[in-house]
Amino acid sequence: MILGVRWIAYKGKEPDILLMTTKISKYSGSGGPSTPSGPTGRLRRRRGSNEVPPEAIKENGSDLLVNDINKYKSMLIRTYSSVWMIGGFAFIIYMGHLYIWAMVVVIQIFMAKELFNLLRRAHEDRHLPGFRLLNWHFFFTAMLFVYGRILNQRLANTVTSDKFLYQLVSRFIKYHMVTCYFMYIAGFMWFILTLKKKMYKYQFSQYAWTHMILIVVFTQSSFTVANIFEGIFWFLLPVSLIVINDIAAYFFGFFLGRTPLIKLSPKKTWEGFIGASVTTILSAFLLANILGRSQWLTCPRKDLSTGWLHCDPGPLFKPEYFALPEWFPWREIPILPVQWHALWLGLFASIIAPFGGFFASGFKRAFKIKDFGDSIPGHGGITDRMDCQMVMAVFAYIYHQSFVAPQSTTIEMLMDQILMNLTLEEQLDLYTKLGQMIQGRQFGESYLNN
Amino acid sequence: MQKDNDSGGPSTPSGLTGRLRRRKGSNEVPPEVVKANGNHLLVNDRNKYKSMLIRIYSSVWMIGGFAFIIYMGHLYIWAMVVVIQIFMARELFNLLRRAHEDRRLRGFRLLNWHFFFTAMLFVYGRILNQRLANTVTSDTFLHKLVSGFIKYHMVTCYFLYIAGFMWFILTLKKKMYKYQFGQYAWTHMILIVVFTQSSFTVANIFEGIFWFLLPASLIVINDIAAYFFGFFFGRTPLIKLSPKKTWEGFIGASFATILSAFVLANILGRFQWLTCPRKDLSTGWLHCDPGPLFKPGYSPVPQWFPQWFPWREIPILPVQWHAAGLGLFSSIIAPFGGFFASGFKRAFKIKDFGDSIPGHGGITDRMDCQMVMAVFAYIYHQSFIVAQSVSIEVIMDQILMNLTFEEQRALYMKLEQILQEKVFGES
Repeated sequence: MILGVRWIAYKGKEPDILLMTTKISKYSGSGGPSTPSGPTGRLRRRRGSNEVPPEAIKENGSDLLVNDINKYKSMLIRTYSSVWMIGGFAFIIYMGHLYIWAMVVVIQIFMAKELFNLLRRAHEDRHLPGFRLLNWHFFFTAMLFVYGRILNQRLANTVTSDKFLYQLVSRFIKYHMVTCYFMYIAGFMWFILTLKKKMYKYQFSQYAWTHMILIVVFTQSSFTVANIFEGIFWFLLPVSLIVINDIAAYFFGFFLGRTPLIKLSPKKTWEGFIGASVTTILSAFLLANILGRSQWLTCPRKDLSTGWLHCDPGPLFKPEYFALPEWFPWREIPILPVQWHALWLGLFASIIAPFGGFFASGFKRAFKIKDFGDSIPGHGGITDRMDCQMVMAVFAYIYHQSFVAPQSTTIEMLMDQILMNLTLEEQLDLYTKLGQMIQGRQFGESYLNN
Repeated sequence: MQKDNDSGGPSTPSGLTGRLRRRKGSNEVPPEVVKANGNHLLVNDRNKYKSMLIRIYSSVWMIGGFAFIIYMGHLYIWAMVVVIQIFMARELFNLLRRAHEDRRLRGFRLLNWHFFFTAMLFVYGRILNQRLANTVTSDTFLHKLVSGFIKYHMVTCYFLYIAGFMWFILTLKKKMYKYQFGQYAWTHMILIVVFTQSSFTVANIFEGIFWFLLPASLIVINDIAAYFFGFFFGRTPLIKLSPKKTWEGFIGASFATILSAFVLANILGRFQWLTCPRKDLSTGWLHCDPGPLFKPGYSPVPQWFPQWFPWREIPILPVQWHAAGLGLFSSIIAPFGGFFASGFKRAFKIKDFGDSIPGHGGITDRMDCQMVMAVFAYIYHQSFIVAQSVSIEVIMDQILMNLTFEEQRALYMKLEQILQEKVFGES
C-alpha cells in the first residue's frame, strides 16, 4: 500500500504511523516503487511490516534490529515476486514492441477490473444482471477506438503485401470511427433500456464511474502505446525515472527525513522529495546516455512486425563530443542531445508525478479503501503500482509530440491521407505531379539565382 | 410549477407546437381527466392559454435569433455555441453542488471554471488551429505567433490541466475528501458531455453550415412530429422512463423526419452560404465549388405520378440520400438522449436542469437530444462524406497550402520510399 510504505520511505521515525500500518497487515508490502520494483524496495517494505513493536521504532534505524524471522520470510517472498516482475519486464522489452503492447493491454485489463469492482455494491448488483457485462462492453469499445487510432497506420503498413488483407484493413480504418461510435451508442441504448425503477441513482453513478475509469485507464495506456511505437526508449525512460524517484525518495527520507511534505501522506518529507528530485534528474541524464546507444530502443516501429530494427536513429541520438577540463580522466565525453530532453523528463518525474500518488492516496482516504486490489501478492493492486506512471506517460507523450518530433505532424497527416484514401494508381499519379511541381520550383529558383 | 412542465420538450429552437405539448404535461390537469385520451384540450383554462402565449413569444424570439445568427455566419454560430456551452456548464456545475460543503471550500468553483477554460482552449485549439493559421497568413509576426501557439498547443493545455490537478490535490481538506472527489469526477463528466457535443458541432459548422443546420432541424422536426402523432393517434406507451411517449408518436415521427430530411436537404443544399466550408476565420460571403454532393442529378418523375404534376424531372441532390440516413438516426437513436436526461433527472430527483429560458427550463433540457445528434453528424460526415471527396486535387491543394517547400520535399521523399516498397513488393 502506497500509504504504508511511502510513509516509512520518507521518514522512519513516526511510531503512530507504523501503528496504523499494523492494521493493513496483508498490504504492508504494497505501495512500493512502480513497475518494475527493484530489490531495495524489499528493504523498504520490511520496515513497513506490522510486526515491529512500537517502542522499538522511536530509535532511528533501529527497526532493522527488531525484525524477526517472519519479516525476513515475507521480504524473501516479495523479493522473489519482484525479481520475477523485473525479469519478466526485461524479457518483454527484449521481445519487442508488440509484446510490450500486449503487456500494457494486460495491465489495463487488470486495472479496469480492480476499479470496476471498487465502488460496486453487491446488494444492488443482484437486481441488475448483465450490468457488469455493460462495463466490459464499454471497455472493449474504448480499446477498439484507442488502439485503432494509434495503430491503424502501422497495421496498414504490415499488410501491404497481401492485397485482400490490405483492402480489408483499409476498410476497417476508414469506418473505424463509425464502428466505435455505434458500439458506444449500442451500450448507451442498452444502459437506458435496462434502467430499473428505484435503482436509477445507482445505475447512473455506475455509468459515470465506468466512464471515469475508462478515461483514466485508456488515456495513460494509449499514450504509453504511442510512446512505445515511437521507440521503446520513450517508454522505458519515463518508467525507469518513476521507479528511481521512488527508491531515491525512500533512501533520502530514511537517512535525512525530517520535515513533513503534505498532509495527505504524512510520512513524506521535504528532504526525501528534494533529494529524490536531484537524483532523478541526474540519473535521467545518465540513463538517457546508456539507453540511447541501443538501436533496439531508439528506433521507431513503423509496422506490427517483431523482427530486429535497423534505422537511422536521428540527430537526437548522435553523440556530440564535449571537451573536458584537464583533471578529468577522459579527454572528451559523448553527450547525446537527447540527454537534455531527458533532464526535463526527470524534472517532471520528480516534481509533478508524485501528485499522481497523492491523488490515489486522497482517493483511497475519501472512499475509505485500503487498497485498489490484491492482484500482486504482497504489493496490493495494479492501480497502486501505476498511479504515478499514469501522469508520467501522458507527459512523456506530449513532450515527445511537442518538442522531439514537432515538424512531422502535418507531413504525417498528409501522408496518412494519401495512403489511406487514394488507390495505388492515384498515389503514383500524385507522386508524379508532386515531383513535377517540386522540380519546377527548383528549376525556377536556380534559374533566378543564375 | 409551470417551469416544471417544460422539461423534455423539443430542443432548440422550439417550435410553436412544442407549447401545445407542454400544455398536456401541465400539473394542473386533474388526474381523472387524463385517463380520457385526447380530452386534455377540453379542460384547459385561461391560464394555460396565457402561458402558451408567453412560451410562443419566447420561442419566436429564439427562432428569430437563431435564423439571424445563421445569416451572420460561421464565426457567430461558433460564438452562439460557446455561449450555450457556458450556460449548460454553469447549470450542470450547480446541479450537484451542496451549499453546506461549499462554504468551507473557497475557490472550488474557480477550479471548475479553470478546467472549463482549459477544455475550451484544448478543443477549439485543435479544431480551429489550421483555420486560424490561414487567417493570419498576411502578417508575418502574427503568423509566427500563431504557429508557435499551434505547435505548443498540447503542452499548454496539458500544463493548465496539471496545474488544476495539483491545485485540486493541494486543496483537499480533511473530512471533505469524498465530496471533493465526487465534485472532481462530476466536473470531468460535465466537461466531457458538454465539450464532446460542442466540439463536434463546431467542427460541423466549419465544414459547412448545412452540416449543422440539418441535424439540428431534424431533431426539432422529430419532436414536433412526435407530439402531433402522439396527440392524434397515441395509444401504446413507449418506455417506462417517459410515460407520455407512445409508439404511434415514435413511428409517425420517424417517417415524418426521414421524409423531411430528404426534402429539407434539397432546399438547404441550394445555398452556397450553407454548403461551402469555411477555411479561415473570416466573416465575409463565401463562394466555392460545392462539390459533387450538391450538384443536382435530374431523375425523371416515375410514371405513376399524376399528369397535373408540374415538373417532369425532379432534381435530386446526392446529399439527400445522406440526409435520409441522418433522418433515420435522429428519429431512432436521438430520442435516447432525451430518455437519458429524463432518467438522470429522476435518479437525482431534479425537476429541471435549470431555469435559464423562461417557460422552457434550462439549456440542458433543450440540448439533450441535440448532443447525441451532433456527434453522429460529425462522425457520419467524416466517414462517409469527406472520405468520398478526397481526391488528388484536394490533397495537392493541402500540400501546397500547408507545407513549406522543405516540407514538401520531405513529403515527396517519404512518398517515394513507400511507393517504391509497394511497387517492388508487388512485382
